Parts: sequence; C-alpha cells; structure tokens
Amino acid sequence: MSSTTVINLAEEPANAFAEIKRRGTALLPLRQDGLARFQESGFPTTNDEDWRFTSLKPFTEMPFETMFEPTIQTIGQSVINGIAFSQHDTDRLVFVDGHLSSELSQISNQSEGVIVSNLASALTTIEDKIGALSGKDQNPLIALNDAFFTDGAWIHIPANQALSKPVHLVFLYTAIKDGQASHIRNLIIAEANAKGTILESHISLGQAAASTNVVTETQLGDGSNLEHIKLQDQSSLAIHLASLHSKLGSDARYAFHSFALGAQLSRNNLRMDLAKPGIECMLNGLYMTRGRQLADHHMIVNHAAPYCNSHEYFNGILDDQSRGVFHGRILVEPEAQKTDAKQTNKNLILSDEATVNTKPQLEIYADDVKCTHGATIGELDNDAIFYLRARGLDSQTARRMLMHGFTGEIVERIQHNTIRDELNELVWGRLENEYHLN
Amino acid sequence: MSTSADTIDEFVSSDYKYGFITDIESESLEPGLNEDVIQFISAKKDEPEWLLEWRLKAFRHFEKMENPTWPHVKYPPVNFQEISYYSAPKKKGDGPKSLDEVDPKLLETYEKLGVPLHERARLAGVAVDAVFDSESIGTTFKEDLAKAGVIFCPISEAVREHPELVRKYIGTVVPYTDNYYAALNSAVFSDGSFVYIPKGTRCPMELSTYFRINAANTGQFERTLIVAEESSHVSYLEGCTAPMRDENQLHAAVVELVALDNAEIKYSTVQNWYPGDEEGRGGIYNFVTKRGICKTNAKISWTQVETGSAITWKYPSVILQGNNSIGEFYSIALTNKAQQADTGTKMVHIGKNTRSTIISKGISAGKGQNSYRGLVQVGKKASNARNFSQCDSLLIGNKCGAHTFPYIEAKNPTASIEHEATTSKIGEDQIFYCNQRGLETQDAVNMIVNGFCKEVFRELPMEFAVEAQKLLDVSLEGSVG
Repeated sequence: MSSTTVINLAEEPANAFAEIKRRGTALLPLRQDGLARFQESGFPTTNDEDWRFTSLKPFTEMPFETMFEPTIQTIGQSVINGIAFSQHDTDRLVFVDGHLSSELSQISNQSEGVIVSNLASALTTIEDKIGALSGKDQNPLIALNDAFFTDGAWIHIPANQALSKPVHLVFLYTAIKDGQASHIRNLIIAEANAKGTILESHISLGQAAASTNVVTETQLGDGSNLEHIKLQDQSSLAIHLASLHSKLGSDARYAFHSFALGAQLSRNNLRMDLAKPGIECMLNGLYMTRGRQLADHHMIVNHAAPYCNSHEYFNGILDDQSRGVFHGRILVEPEAQKTDAKQTNKNLILSDEATVNTKPQLEIYADDVKCTHGATIGELDNDAIFYLRARGLDSQTARRMLMHGFTGEIVERIQHNTIRDELNELVWGRLENEYHLN
Repeated sequence: MSTSADTIDEFVSSDYKYGFITDIESESLEPGLNEDVIQFISAKKDEPEWLLEWRLKAFRHFEKMENPTWPHVKYPPVNFQEISYYSAPKKKGDGPKSLDEVDPKLLETYEKLGVPLHERARLAGVAVDAVFDSESIGTTFKEDLAKAGVIFCPISEAVREHPELVRKYIGTVVPYTDNYYAALNSAVFSDGSFVYIPKGTRCPMELSTYFRINAANTGQFERTLIVAEESSHVSYLEGCTAPMRDENQLHAAVVELVALDNAEIKYSTVQNWYPGDEEGRGGIYNFVTKRGICKTNAKISWTQVETGSAITWKYPSVILQGNNSIGEFYSIALTNKAQQADTGTKMVHIGKNTRSTIISKGISAGKGQNSYRGLVQVGKKASNARNFSQCDSLLIGNKCGAHTFPYIEAKNPTASIEHEATTSKIGEDQIFYCNQRGLETQDAVNMIVNGFCKEVFRELPMEFAVEAQKLLDVSLEGSVG
C-alpha cells in the first residue's frame, strides 16, 4: 500500500481536496476556506515584497505528494535516542511525516488539567481555536496548511499550572522522494499564570527535496511564561516552511528561540501580537548555512498596547554559496506608548560567495517610545583578532574564540540550563566540523 | 501637558511664507498628456531629432508602466491628463538677451524669495540658474564661469549649444526605463540645469538653481545633468518653492551626476515646496529621481534638507562603480501638518575599497509621516567595501509617525556594513534641564532639534546652512515634545 497520494498541487488543488473529503476529515469549512484562499493567491513569488529574496521555486516546481497517511516504515527507538534533547527528561510527542506515532511518543503524568496530546484526536473540542491567530494572515502557505494539515501537537496548560517537565515535539520526516509534503499544525495554549518549556525538533531521516509546512499558534494568558525552543536540523535537500503566530496576554513572558541549521530552504514567519500592556517578548535566533542553503527569518512584532518590551536578536554565520535573509519589522501603534523595542541582526560571512539580505524595519506611530535597530554584515573583526593574538593566542584559536562568542551570544539567552548546554555543544560541534573556520 | 497641546497647534498653523502667486502672463499648454504634447515641447525648445526620439521612446515606455505603490505614503491617484506639461512666462519679442531684459515682475518674485539674481549674486558669490515653471529665466555669472571653462546653463540651451555633451551623458545614470516618474520626466522634461566642469578645474564659485512653480495646474519636470570631468570639483545648490493652492501639483524631476576619475561633486538641496495645509489639502507631490555615478577615486556627496512638499518620494543615490570611490548622504527630513515623506538613499558598491556614509535625521510633528528607506548593496567584487548608516528619528506630538526601512544586501565577505537606527522623542528631562538654566521651552526645543541635526548642517555650504537652520526653527515654532 502506498502511503502517499500524488497530486499536482500547483495545477489541481481541487483534486487534492477531493481526496481530503473522501477521507471524511474534520474541519471542512476551515479547510474549504483555506483551499479557496490558496486557489486565489497561488504560491508567493519574488515579486511579493515579503518573498523578495526567497524564491519558492524549488518547492513549487515539484510534483506534490501530500502525506495523507502515516508511513508504514518502522522507526526504531534508537533513532529517537540519537536526536538532540532526547537524553533530557522530557515528555515526548513524535510525529512521523505529520502523523502521530504513539509507539515513539511518551507522556508522563503532567499536573492536573494539563493536556499534551495530538491535535487530530481533539479536533471536536478545539475546532474554534484553530486558525484563531493565523486566520487573518495573507500568507498563502497558511491557506495551504489550513486545507491540508494532517496533525500536530495540542498543548493546553490551565491557569496557574506548569508543565512538570519540558515537552519535546519531535517531527521526523521519512520522505525519500522529491516533492513529498507534510502539513503540520500545532496549537499551544497557556492560560493565565501558566508556565512551561517546549522544545520543537525537525529532523529528516531521508535525503530528498521533501517539504514541511508547519503552522503553530501559541496563545499566552495574562502573566503566563513560556519558553519555546525550535531546532530545525533537516537534510540539506529539505524545504522547511514555518509560521508562528502568537498572541500574548498582559504581563506575559514569551521567549522563542530559533535554531535554523538544516534544510535547503528554510523560512520562519514569526508574527507577534502584543495587544496587552506589560508584555515581554523575545525572539532569539541563530542561523548557520553552507553549501547552497538559504535561511530566512521574517518577523512582524506588533505593539498595540503600552508598556511592552520586545527584543529580537538574530545572528547568522554563512559559508560557501549560502544565503541568509532577515526581515524584522517592529510596528508601534499610536496607543503603544512607553514601548521599548530592540532589534539586531548580525551576520558573519565566511566565504566569498555567501550573500546576506537584511531588512530591519521600524514603523512607529507613538511618540514616547524607545526603539532601536541595528544590523551588521562582515568578517571577523581584525582588531579583535589582533587583540587576542597580542595576548598570546594563535590566530586560529582567536578566530574560534570570537566565533564561539558570536554563537554563544544567542545560545546563552536560553533560560533552561541543560538544554542551553546541549545546544551550545551542538552548534559548536557543527561549526568545527563542517564550516571553514580559518 | 496642556502647554504641549497649545504649542503643537500653534506649530501646525505656522505659515508658509513663500505662498504668494506672481501675476504674470504665461504661456501654458492645455492640460493633457500625449505624443503631440511631447512634440510641442520638443519643437518649442528647438530640439534635435534624437532628443525627440528619446522623449517619445520614454513616453511609450511610461505608458506601459504602473504607478508604484511601495512607498509608505497615501495619496489619490494622479491624473496625468489634468496636468499642463508646459508653462512659461510670456516673452516680449525675442526674449531676454541678458538679465536686464527679464520681466521685472519675475525678478521681483525672486527678490521676494531671496534669490540673489543680480549684483547680490556677486556678493554672495553664487551663480544662479532660476527655473520658473518650465522655463529657465536667466543664468547669472555666465561669463565668469566661461573663463574657467565651466558650462552652466539651462539644459535646453545646452541641447542646442553642446549637443555632443548632452547626448553623451543624458539618461546614462537614470535611464528612462528606471521608474515610473523618471520615464514621465524623460518624456516631458521642460528645463533644468546643465553643468559641465572641464578636466582639472575647480569651479570658481558655488552653482545654484532655484526652482519655482507659479502657474496653476502645471507640473514641473526639470532635468539636471552635472558632468564633472577628471580631477574637477563642483558644489551645487538647489532650492525650491511654490505658491499655496488647494489642489496638488506634481513635481517629477530627474537629476543625474557623473563624477569621472578623481572628480568630486557636492550636491545640496533645500526643498521647501508648498507643503499643503493641516488637513492635507494642496501641496506639491515631489517625486524625484536623483542618482550619481562615481568613477575611480571620485566622490559624490548629497546633502538635503527637506521641509516642504505634501508628499516627498526621493532617494538620492550613488553608484560607486570605480575603485576607491566615495558616496555620502546627509539628510534632514521634516514632516509636519499632514506631510508625508518617504526618502532615503541607495549606495551601490561595485568597485573595490568603496566607502559610503549615510546620516539621516527624520523629524515628525503634527500628523506628519516620515519614512527612511534605503539600500546598501555590496556586489561580489566590492572587496573592502565599507558602509556606515545612521538613521535617527525624532517625534514631536503623538499623531505623527516615524519609520525606517533599510535594505542591506552583501555579497562580499570583506564588506563591513553597519546600520543603526533610533527613534525617540525630546525627553522631558532634556527640556527640564534647559528650563532650569533659564531657556524658554521653545528655545530648548529648537536647540535640541538643531543639535539633533548638527551632523547634517555641518555638510551644507555656509549660506545654505544658515538658511536651513532658520527654516527649521520657523517650522518648529511652538512645538514642544
């Protein structure tokens, strides 16, 4: 039995949809609407300002095989043991090609009322919450996800509760044929004063130009505190498209860390809605690319209430012919007085052929605000290297030390101690072994 | 803060003192845009065939293009058929041979505007080319300049007298295909200045053009071309005003600068077109394309003080083609009332060791919306390219907006690019500090704003710096953060 259905999405999305109907999937109105929106807009092109530097051509020109059914290939526990964060004491939800694998998942007794499960099993109760935050976004990939998503995580932390241990969402991709596509949907709701740490890993098991299209909605209640760490480490052929939509309550704290290490093309759309006072929101990311990789982070932080802080820190290291794209927009609405917003994007280029496109933007309609942004592109600072050499380090050590500082700056913002240490080693090991450091 | 509300009102209602209309008989073309209009303009100016051809090509291209919507400004679509593309003061007989023959009413106008057209020019040491609606009405100091070999004349005259130079350079920096308004300008441009500095010459005086829109329903489409031969140097100033009218008027200019090896061009603008009233009625649409190209070791420096226009849409740029070339951009953009400005620069690094500096100061007051939009591009071969950008915004009042949209693209690892931007308001503590030392709040605001803009004022030629500083003071009268 074949686990996938081949359909050409670019030309006949309606046929694909017939397949969905045939399977009697839930949420038909949402899906129908998504399909209609997608049919109207089509895939974004580089003529769209938001996609100017990131062409989806490698993705749109492939035959599309939506992974409607779970793969029949068995994945051993050893695979799980080999991935990052697996040695920590976490609850684990494992999804293979966008379908829950109950054998590999492992959920302990969380505190009372806490839900850690897959989305597909709870659709009837959360129907109205799906798309509540992402619904207004014009991004055609969300429309596509609305129409075709199969499964994903559903996490609910009731008021005044905390996750007793971090929840690790593992997304595995077995695709071995070009064009196989997984559409994943996550919903995370933390009620008032709830707390938790969520890890998200995307790992390819096969080498193919397969695509992932993941939409995540996080809703944080008043005074809640959530740390969300995402590690995208897919194969160098994979295409990873993600959007994260967050809505934060008063005095909520949200820290999102993005580590984009893999994939031929990765795009993270981050949309933060700061509509209540006293919010602290941090977006923190590191991208490292080589070969012909492209890593794109595209964020809009919308300050619509006073006394909110938002900080975005993104560092990139680019080798070979790879490309880094950064778009950050801080929008401060007239009522958002006393906003404190900061945005930095630093890029380190290691080869003659790497390219960086960065657009840090401020759009400010309130007068009593403190907003700054900065962007740098360049090599390692020769003066800094000289300084270290003058103190007896050889130039290689000096360079490594500076580079370690460059990645460390991002890694050290992770609050969870052991996770931070593991990521630090992972990032550094990757740089030492695979990049042209000298 | 009640005082703050009062003073902001006062500020918003401060007057535009160049809003008078000169009652002068003028010869205008019926509104409308088609090939006949272009042929008329071309014939009127006695242009050679190649230029007419070029205009028509531009017009045909323009017809295929669409009005750009990417700038961060809002305005109703411009109806190009309602605009008259040619208006000139009526000449008596054969037209003026020298300044003495120019209609005294015209001279009076420039007198009112403070343009030193006569002897005053000698004292000021500035050579002026004044453009009234579509026609250039007189260039001072022609002979002095001629001695140095400098050509400074209306571009229509240059087309007749130095066709080889015009033909060689026109459209090379801003081709007519460049953008919507550049295409329109190429098709219907009426006049503008032409400057040619011969090899090894340092232009003996500052050159200046004064632009004035007078007639109603006209658009002004001037075209300026400055060519600095090897190892030459020139400093050029431009100023603009227009009468107060309730309808919007279009100003779509193109400025091209060519700096050959080791040459240096300094281009300064004080733009004070009529900004419209506080409701956003009237005012000039200022859609301008300015670009310069630098050959080896050349330098181009743009300095602009933008206080006027209902809508400004302008990106003076430098293409750093030659090795070791330098591009600079210093800008102050003030928006108050309902003004909108989307302005910035493009620095395109192509040659090795090229350097660029961008200092942009945006001030928003009233309901003004001020955007900085800039591009720093470093090509593959531009080793050791260096850029520093700083974009600061100051907000006065709570109905205005300040925005920053920088684009940075680097393809060379040895490039070093830094971009910094801040947005803030005048702090109450800063005002308090000044008050405490006996300064009135208004003086304190002026002082702080002047301090904020100091880096740019420093780049302006002396006479202009004084004028610009005063202009800013007047515009800020009564504003308290």
